[in-house]
Formats: sequence, C-alpha cells, structure tokens
Amino acid sequence: MDEYLSFVMVGHIDHGKSTLIGRLLYDTNSLPEGKTEEIKKTCEMLGKKFEFAYVMDHLDEEREKGITIETSQIFFKNGNKNYVIIDAPGHKEFIKNMLTGASQADAAVIIVDADEGVMEQTTRHAYLVNMLGIKQIIVVLNKMDKIDYSQEKFENLKNNLHELLLKFQIKPTYVIPISAIEGENIIKKSKKMDWYSGLSVIEALDTFKKMVEIEKMPLRMPIQDVYDIGEKIYVGKIESGTIKKGMEVVILPSEETAKIKSLELYGSDIIEANVGRSIGITFTEDVNIKRGAVICEQNGKPEVSNRITANIFWMGEKPLDKEERIIYKSTTQEINGTVEKIKNKINSSSLEVLEEESKKLEGLEAAEIIIKLEKPAVFDDFNHIPPTGRFVIIKDGIVQGGGIITSRGEAA
Amino acid sequence: MDRLDELESKSIYVIREAYKEYGNVAALWSIGKDSTTLVWLIRKAFYGKVPFPFIHIDTTFKFKEMYEFREKYAKEWGLNLLIAKNQKALDESMGPDKGKFECCTKLKTIALKDFINEKGFKALFLGIRRDEHGIRAKERYFSPRDDEFKWNYKDQPPELWDQYTVKKDNATHVRVHPLLHWSELDIWEYVKRENIPAVDLYFAKDGRRYRSIGCYPCTKPIESNAGTLDDIIHELKTTKIGERSGRAQDKEQAYMMQKLRMLGYM
Repeated sequence: MDEYLSFVMVGHIDHGKSTLIGRLLYDTNSLPEGKTEEIKKTCEMLGKKFEFAYVMDHLDEEREKGITIETSQIFFKNGNKNYVIIDAPGHKEFIKNMLTGASQADAAVIIVDADEGVMEQTTRHAYLVNMLGIKQIIVVLNKMDKIDYSQEKFENLKNNLHELLLKFQIKPTYVIPISAIEGENIIKKSKKMDWYSGLSVIEALDTFKKMVEIEKMPLRMPIQDVYDIGEKIYVGKIESGTIKKGMEVVILPSEETAKIKSLELYGSDIIEANVGRSIGITFTEDVNIKRGAVICEQNGKPEVSNRITANIFWMGEKPLDKEERIIYKSTTQEINGTVEKIKNKINSSSLEVLEEESKKLEGLEAAEIIIKLEKPAVFDDFNHIPPTGRFVIIKDGIVQGGGIITSRGEAA
Repeated sequence: MDRLDELESKSIYVIREAYKEYGNVAALWSIGKDSTTLVWLIRKAFYGKVPFPFIHIDTTFKFKEMYEFREKYAKEWGLNLLIAKNQKALDESMGPDKGKFECCTKLKTIALKDFINEKGFKALFLGIRRDEHGIRAKERYFSPRDDEFKWNYKDQPPELWDQYTVKKDNATHVRVHPLLHWSELDIWEYVKRENIPAVDLYFAKDGRRYRSIGCYPCTKPIESNAGTLDDIIHELKTTKIGERSGRAQDKEQAYMMQKLRMLGYM
C-alpha cells in the first residue's frame, strides 16, 4: 500500500526554498515531460539563467519578483511514498498563506541559509509550526557550498539554532547540512561532507509518519447540519474517536443523552465509523440538536466552559483590542465573545516577550489570551485532542487569528 | 478508513459547510471525470436528495458523447440540470476560429457570469484540483469573487483547520472547491471503486484517448492504449506527460490559464 505524507516547506526569503523543492522533484525524477524545456524557455524569455527554483513558480508575477506569494502544493513520489510539498511563502506579508499551508501538513522542513544564519522569518516560522502542533520537523542548513562545507560552521549554527528554539520547547527531529543547488545530502549522502553521519533529506522524510492517529481518543463529533429527509439525519465529521451503532452518547453542551440508532453513509451499510469520516447519524429518541452541538461519549468528556485560555497568533491588519467583541469558531461551534485579557505578548520573529499585560495585539504578534464567551463552548486541551483544541478568531467577517486552547479559563 | 475514504470525507465536509453557509448554491457539471465525481460526492453528501441545481455551461462545441452522457445521467440521477449558454455570442457566430482566448471568455466565462447574475447564486461548486495546473495549486477551498468576477489570488483569506469563513460584502459569489486535494490518479481510483460512469472518450481507441475533455476543436487526445479503468490507473502511475497537455488554452500562451482564471474562468 502506498504511503502519503504532506510537509510544509518554510524559510526566510532567498534561503533557497524553491531551489530545494525543484531539486527534490528533479532528483526523484518527478518532473512532467517537457517541464524542464518549458522552464528553460521561460527563463530565456525573461533573460534569466535556468534555476531549479523556477519549477515552483508558475505565476508570472512570482517569476518577475522572484518570491513565492501563495501557498501551492506539489506532488512527488519516492519509492512507495507519495509526498505533497506545501510550499509556503517566506515574506511576512503573506504569513496567512503560510499558516494556511502549514495547518494542513504532517511535517515541516525549515530551510536556513548556512551563510546568513537564522533570520527574522526563521524563528517566526518555527514558532508557528510548533503552534500548529507539528512535531516532525527537519531543519536544513542550506548553501553549505558557500561556506566550503565546513563542519565547524555547521556545528556552530546548529547550536545557536537549538538554543533559540529550546526557549519554546521546539525540538527539530533532524538538522541536515545541504546544498540544494549542488544536490548535496538531498537524496544520497554527500561525499563533500563526509563528516556528517546523519540522514539525507529524503531519508529523513521517509522516517516520518502521518499525523498521530487520534482514533483511540474519546469520541468527538461536532454537528454540521441536520437534514430532514423522511427522518432526521444529523451530519458531521468525526474529529476524534469512533462512533458505533447502538452506542450511548452524550450531547454537549446540553448534557442530553441518547442512543445511536444508525449510521448513515449514502450507498453503504456501516455500523462503525472512525476519525476523519463524514457521516450521518440517527437517534432512537427525539433529540434537540443544532449545528455546533458535539456528540461525545460518557467516558472522557471534553471541557464545557464560557471562558477559555489560549495561545493565539494574530494576523489581522488592524490590532486585536482588549475588551473587543469577536467571534470564536472551533469546529462547527460559532460563539460571540470578548477578549478579557492579553498576557505575555511576544514578537513572533525574535520570540521576545514584549509585555506581560497588554491592551492590544498587533499583526504577527502572539500572546496568551482569555476569551469570555456568551455561551459555553465545548473544547479540549490542544495537547490532548488537537481538532477540538484549536479555534480561529473572526473579526469583520474574516479569520484573523488562530489559537490553541491550553486550559479552561481561570476567572479574570 | 483508507485514503479514498479520507478524500471523500473531506470533500463531503466542504460540500456540507458551503451549503449550510450559503444555501442558494449550484454546482458546475462539465461532464468530465472530475465534475462527475463532484456530482457523485454531492449526491452522497445529501443522501441522493440534492437540494440545489447543477449547471452545464454549454459552448455548443462539446463532443457528442458528452451531450449523450449528460442526458443519460441527468435523468438517471434525477438532477435538476440547468443549461447556461451565451446565446448572443453564439448568434454572432463566436467560435475558436475567432481566437481561443476570446472564445473561452465569451462562451464560458461570460456565459457563466450572466447566468449567475440572473439566478443570484451565492456560491458555486467546482471540481477543480490542485495538481491539475500550476495556477490551480494556488486555490483555496472557499474562494470569493468580486463584482468584476475576479479572483484576487494575492489577498486570499487564510484557511485554518477546516474553517472556511469568507467575508461576503464585496464578493458576488464564492467558488467552492471540494476536490482541491484530489490528484488525477485519486479520481480514477475512486471512479473505479464507486463504479462512477465516465464518458467513452477517456478510453483508448486506435491507440489514442482523451485525458482531459472539453470542446472538440481545442482538445486533443494523447497516445495511449489504456482501454479500461485499470489500464488508465496503470498509465497514470507511470506517465510523465502533463494531464492538460491536450488542452489548447494552456499551451497557446504561457500565462493564458492564469489570465482566464483571473477573469473568472473555471
């Protein structure tokens, strides 16, 4: 059976992200026929030299500016493993695109120019990747050719990086010295860096697994909608656990209990469904359920509270103010609320704490906040059950912040 | 759950979210393999009782096999099928001989634009996929279009964790892409598993088959001996030829596809 893994590729501008992606595609023989010629032609037209980076850049605008604006997805295959590279832009103006891409990834590759060292976006990306709950991280120190494949310089940089990231308990799984342009340590071990005994990029990727299975966790099925087609079918996606015909469930936040009469999947007869499945259910008795209710099991119930403590990252153009009214949205729950407290505000690039107590959160800043909700929300600690432990903040009709829940909100 | 179940569940989730959010929606059915898979998934999402219509944008230049397929399955599946045509342009004898870009714009983009304005749909389902073409890799699941029908790919709202909320103020309608995460191979494997019908043109005859179908003057077959679903799946696992290599609109100009999409092309 073929395996699938998606990883996000992030890095500071010009640290060689597109070159590495182009190289991975080229060296795994994954470029479509005619692609190399097409890129050659386009480069000639624009008066540029052929570069692996252009494999990625499909938009003329990107080619002209030489930067990646949007998140795009590239597919390649190595052995029986299918990879999806989520190429996320490095520029801070496009951070929401980077987050969009990274939130769909099983793993992350952070690219750092070994000559330039850690830059503004390096730490920000590392922080965000960690916030999103991605634990499989490769840091590649690129452009080793520019520093004569020096082991000493590599070790120094690696130590600096570890120190910086450890402040936030971010631990890369692998740190690999590479040269994307020369193809060193990408597929095979580099002969030019015989002092390095670790894995190549592709070998490291091959050790990664799809995001931790949450099948064994307690059931969470947020209701999406109710369809009345002869009988009432309650539809939703199972975010955690397993649902079975005949199962006794509790519906939160109402605390109503009910028994599952049937599972409804058009065209199939099933009695059990697992995490990730979009399913419909019917109950043996009348229930009063609307969108936003969460179907759970009696053992291992989630938290229900109208106050939430969370770590959030703000990406709005306008700041998020204390006492401001916002919409909290987690799975299918959408609840009005206000920001009660903003604590330990940090600069997402330097990772420095800016203020212990703040009145507002500017774009690209992160903080711990307490949100007071008008109605109780059903949630979990992010580290326990990620899908019900994360949320977005909607302001002026659009998603402007993302957060992970660390605990039930303490009284302000 | 296997991979196909996962793909299916994610698509059904997106379909149900969009219907819940916008209510007044429709789905585009081009009769090709992707949008037919989309029709299949929509029928699954609503247990066979789809509460909204399907639109076929008819340039009148489609293959006859496509019209036959459309009539047969629209009836068999009980679809509420609406046909959109730019009759004015057709009366003025618009066709690919007037220029391919011009023809696509008039007979597809404008035909759709006028139809949506007339019907007032708030959201449209489209069966596009990320791996199809470079520019499509930039798409989101929910993609708002402004008054000019344009796609501002430079400033798209973030999509975190299945949260697709989109501001509706300056958007005339929202494009919804439930198949975004599928690959061409996934589609065929799913078509096989689910027994979804496909237009005959996809299967090889005399050493040639169509890998992507559109209007007959602008679509060319590829060399292939893949006469069955299994053959096609095998071919895709080994080929290095791009899926849309037979589609003129992608080749004629380096950036034509991007320009078309900016203007509201599917």
